[in-house]
Amino acid sequence: MSSTALSIKNLSKYFGSVCANDHVSLDIYKGEILALLGENGSGKTSLMNMLSGIYFPDEGQIFADGKEVCIRSPKDAYALGIGMVHQHFKLVDVFSASENLILGIDPSKPLDRKKINQELKTICDRYGFEIDPDKKVYDMSVSEKQTLEIIKTLYRGANVLILDEPTAVLTPQETERLFSVIKNMKKDGKTVIIITHKLHEVLEISDRVAILRKGAYVGCIETAKADESKLTEMMMGEKVTLNIERPEIKDKKLRLSVKDLCCKDAEGRDHLKNISFDLYSGEIFGIAGISGCGQKELLEAIAGLQPAVSGSSIKYFRDSEDEATELIGKTPRAIRNMGVHLSFVPEDRLGMGLVGSMGMTDNMMLKDYDSGKLFFTNRRKPGELAARIKKELDVVTPGLQTPVRRLSGGNVQKVLVGREISADPTVLMTAYAVRGLDINTSYTIYKLLNEQKKKGTAIIFVGEDLDVMLELCDRILVLNAGKCAGITDGRKITKEEIGLMMTGSERKQDEH
Amino acid sequence: MSTEIKTEKAPFVRVVKQEGMPFSKRVVVRICFVLIALVVCGFLINAITSYDPVSVYTIMFEGAFGNARRTWATVREMMMLALIAIGLAPAFKMKFWNIGAEGQILIGGIISAGCMIYLSACPAHVLLPLMFVLSAAGGAAWALLPAIFKARFNTNETLFTLMMNYVAIQLTSFFVAHWENPKGSNTVGIINSANQAGWFPEVFGQKYFINVALTLVFAIFMFIYLRYTKHGFEISVVGNSENTARYAGMNVSRIMIRTMLLSGAICGIAGFMAVSGASHTISTSTAGGRGFTAIIVAWLAKFDSATMLLISLLIAFLNSGATEIASKCKLNDYASDMIIGIILFFILASEFFINYRLVFRKKEKGGV
Amino acid sequence: MQSLISLFQAAVVFGTVIMFGCIGEIITEKAGNLNLGVPGIMYLGGIASLASVFIYEGSTKDPSPVVCVLLALVSSFAASALGGLVYAFLTITLKANQNVTGLTLTIFGSGVANFFGGSLNTLAGRFEQVAVPVTSAAFRKTSMLSGIPVIGKLFFSYGFMVYLAIIIAVLTHFFMNHTRRGLNLRTVGENPAAADAAGINVNRNKYLAICIGAGISGFGGAYYVMDYIKGTWANDGSIENLGWLAVALVIFTTWKSKNAIWGAYLFGILFWMFLYIPGLTRSSQELFKMLPYAVTVIVLIITSLKNSRDKQPPAALGLPYFREER
Repeated sequence: MSSTALSIKNLSKYFGSVCANDHVSLDIYKGEILALLGENGSGKTSLMNMLSGIYFPDEGQIFADGKEVCIRSPKDAYALGIGMVHQHFKLVDVFSASENLILGIDPSKPLDRKKINQELKTICDRYGFEIDPDKKVYDMSVSEKQTLEIIKTLYRGANVLILDEPTAVLTPQETERLFSVIKNMKKDGKTVIIITHKLHEVLEISDRVAILRKGAYVGCIETAKADESKLTEMMMGEKVTLNIERPEIKDKKLRLSVKDLCCKDAEGRDHLKNISFDLYSGEIFGIAGISGCGQKELLEAIAGLQPAVSGSSIKYFRDSEDEATELIGKTPRAIRNMGVHLSFVPEDRLGMGLVGSMGMTDNMMLKDYDSGKLFFTNRRKPGELAARIKKELDVVTPGLQTPVRRLSGGNVQKVLVGREISADPTVLMTAYAVRGLDINTSYTIYKLLNEQKKKGTAIIFVGEDLDVMLELCDRILVLNAGKCAGITDGRKITKEEIGLMMTGSERKQDEH
Repeated sequence: MSTEIKTEKAPFVRVVKQEGMPFSKRVVVRICFVLIALVVCGFLINAITSYDPVSVYTIMFEGAFGNARRTWATVREMMMLALIAIGLAPAFKMKFWNIGAEGQILIGGIISAGCMIYLSACPAHVLLPLMFVLSAAGGAAWALLPAIFKARFNTNETLFTLMMNYVAIQLTSFFVAHWENPKGSNTVGIINSANQAGWFPEVFGQKYFINVALTLVFAIFMFIYLRYTKHGFEISVVGNSENTARYAGMNVSRIMIRTMLLSGAICGIAGFMAVSGASHTISTSTAGGRGFTAIIVAWLAKFDSATMLLISLLIAFLNSGATEIASKCKLNDYASDMIIGIILFFILASEFFINYRLVFRKKEKGGV
Repeated sequence: MQSLISLFQAAVVFGTVIMFGCIGEIITEKAGNLNLGVPGIMYLGGIASLASVFIYEGSTKDPSPVVCVLLALVSSFAASALGGLVYAFLTITLKANQNVTGLTLTIFGSGVANFFGGSLNTLAGRFEQVAVPVTSAAFRKTSMLSGIPVIGKLFFSYGFMVYLAIIIAVLTHFFMNHTRRGLNLRTVGENPAAADAAGINVNRNKYLAICIGAGISGFGGAYYVMDYIKGTWANDGSIENLGWLAVALVIFTTWKSKNAIWGAYLFGILFWMFLYIPGLTRSSQELFKMLPYAVTVIVLIITSLKNSRDKQPPAALGLPYFREER
């Protein structure tokens, strides 16, 4: 084995009383592709943030090329040849690609945009990237932004590249392209660390896998000697067989009928174009697509939060197909007052679904604080509900009045899902319901959804992990840039086919 | 392998976030900072006036509470400031930056002065309630305009309300010139000094009893309104996230406009109190910067009524005290703004030590 | 014609005061900090220049105009930058709320300035009205070109500070758009996390921008004291009003310093217009003085109606940055 590029010794990081990393020691060799595996919340990102200078370790040492180093800022990290592509891109929206490229470098040099464009092109040619140097970041797709971020780290002379969940936002095809770029970089002698929780990717791309569990280092294994069950066991700490159940649909009744739904943004561009589908009770209806291609708008249009262009129609059926209620043009409150039992778990949990600075009790009354004729609020029932949810879903919180912002991501989601389910919905919409949650909480959520399904609730499940969607959903609608690329049978379709639908037709249209 | 941290290059001090400091500790931290600030101010005044720091505060206390008249003047000032802060509290809790209290006060003041001038023949039990209602309406109207534009077009309310202050100031100048008495003085003079029409009457022999009562009533009202009513709940949800409010089915525009109407109305009433209950005249300095100071009062008190009253008391004390020092040394009384500024800087700084913790570089021998 | 020229002249002098204030605030806001302390900072700049020169002129028999001007500018810059430093320390290092800290700075600055402005004589043991004739004359000295008819009156009849303001506006524009340091500074205001990850020292940039911006704003106060009111002091709150107009002008310019040049003069014209409209009574003049504020409100509304990408405030304006935030 070649020599070590970086070596971590007993690194620890605490956030308040939460231990994000607990005495982690790890060697990273030159020229390898190392996968850092662990479930959400296992401390992968915070460990890497300490290498890239975002966090400062509370304990422990870092060695580069055998010498002890102190990384106080991203600048120090770059000086050591460490560059990181964060999950949330660190780009300035109103700047062009080339302006973003040179941020922070040689401040005293003149700003020669032509020369920078030239340098950008050189890197692109070397590794096979494609990017328009003058394109503003706000006009870029997610995959373009990611490309720009990788180029940025290379431009700064990084020899160790850290990629944080790079495939989470990519289609299967874009992932393939990214992997070929990573292999190119390896050929070029670079060390690549890829943070992920997807096992098949680990097996596909890496040379070695390091596993973290609950902030602690579990072990390291050569990829050639690993398989999925072994990795799962190391990741979870026990032998687990996790299967997502998919009960058959029974008592299928039409609940929601969306016809020609169109939404536009403030500048008049299409968010959604001519979306039509029917939703039935007792089914889980998946919605797949690259992030930001209309999922949010679709759910918000149904919830009455997004205005729709005239001609659109969303009909809700209470008991029979003759008893239809039009939802378009109604406010969320009007929809509720009509007796429509619509629950919605939005993507932005603390920015939309819950109030971060309020406790569980106050969050419970968010949607029906207005009931009763009194001018005053009544906290008795919400308090009881909060206590019930805390008990039934094992929400870990110091108290019902503790601001929910202070809870961990999984517990926040339990509070939100718990409240939405407690309203006995006939239609339940969830957006990225398991994003950022550890495996156990994720499966708790899947279980809750399946329980609702068995009760006859019609469920819309917007997801990003296609593997999960293929196991959970009865039907999957694929969105492609705001248009419906097709509705497929979740039991028959393959991941690659969905991937093609997410991007494929769009490219074909461009060629016309 | 030793686990000692290499100390030479580690940053000397780092900042770490902390949440959930117990209430009692928070109070102690804040009181400590106020005390440090008072000591600093003591030495500053000592440098300018050559009074020693201890006698500085003796004189200041003398100036603020030395006799009944001074005490009441301080209390009057405190109530004024507290009432404005109470008016601002719901707007700021909603994260609506109402910098326009100054203007809303002036409008209330103009209307009160107008009523006093034109309706001086009215009996007090008709005139005073009328003034109360009209000045509240005036203040509310002044707040309504920015609120509508914020709600409809998301127009920046900080600058809109700020500009409305100056429109109100010019309007005041206009009326001062219009009502000028005596001619050429460029002031309105004491209105109705003969029959005292439109003045707050003495209650229980106290000139400022109504000022105190009015403020306390609003303080209690606001405490209950923000904590225990549906409106109050709506205000805190909108203040935390407009998206959440919309998601919960709230009509954000309506809540915003309603809250600003309330906020403006209370500020308008403060203008009424400034004219009828204190100066009995109107000028461009009727608000006198209190609209800005009250923002800081409301913010530092986290919109809690009792805390707002306490901070107002502190500021009123400093005001009267510094004025006393200034007059003893034949200096001007802007010294009080300087001192208030310093004290507020310290209180602002104290928040840091409540929300964050400092971690110093560990000693070489300390290890891990 | 004559009255148009004098309106323009008055507008330029008025505009220069707020142009300094505005450019300083643009630099500050480009770094992501909304400093509502501009009026206080301008007060500090004004009083520092006056006090330092007052002491110098009083203690020297034959004060040199060059020393006077330099002393006034240096002390004004230093005092204002110090005010900016207090604001920067509270908002950046201690993470206090920017608006509240700015307002406090305004209270503090106006307190300090009016206290010393009003007490300067008493403190110095003199009894006449505060006056710094030598310095004021140096500030108001015009070039020979002012003798040219019309053109000279319009463009060359001012003290050097008028041209300094324009130069600073142009330099600021160049710095923001055509240098790497300017790009870095704007990154801090747009997305501090991105700046940090790119190795830009966020706090240092913010500190520098705030202190230098405050220093430039302070020149507005110095110019007001030395030229506009001819080296005296008045406790009438004018600087505060001008300071708020400077803050409003930042919005008007959509955060571009080159727009401040004409924007400031336009504000000046609006402010003085009432003098040139015949038949106004004293009270109706007061109504006319609302004009610049009313126009700002209208501009504010119009910019909020249009959602143009390049006319927006810096994306992270007003938000604190803490690297280890999760």
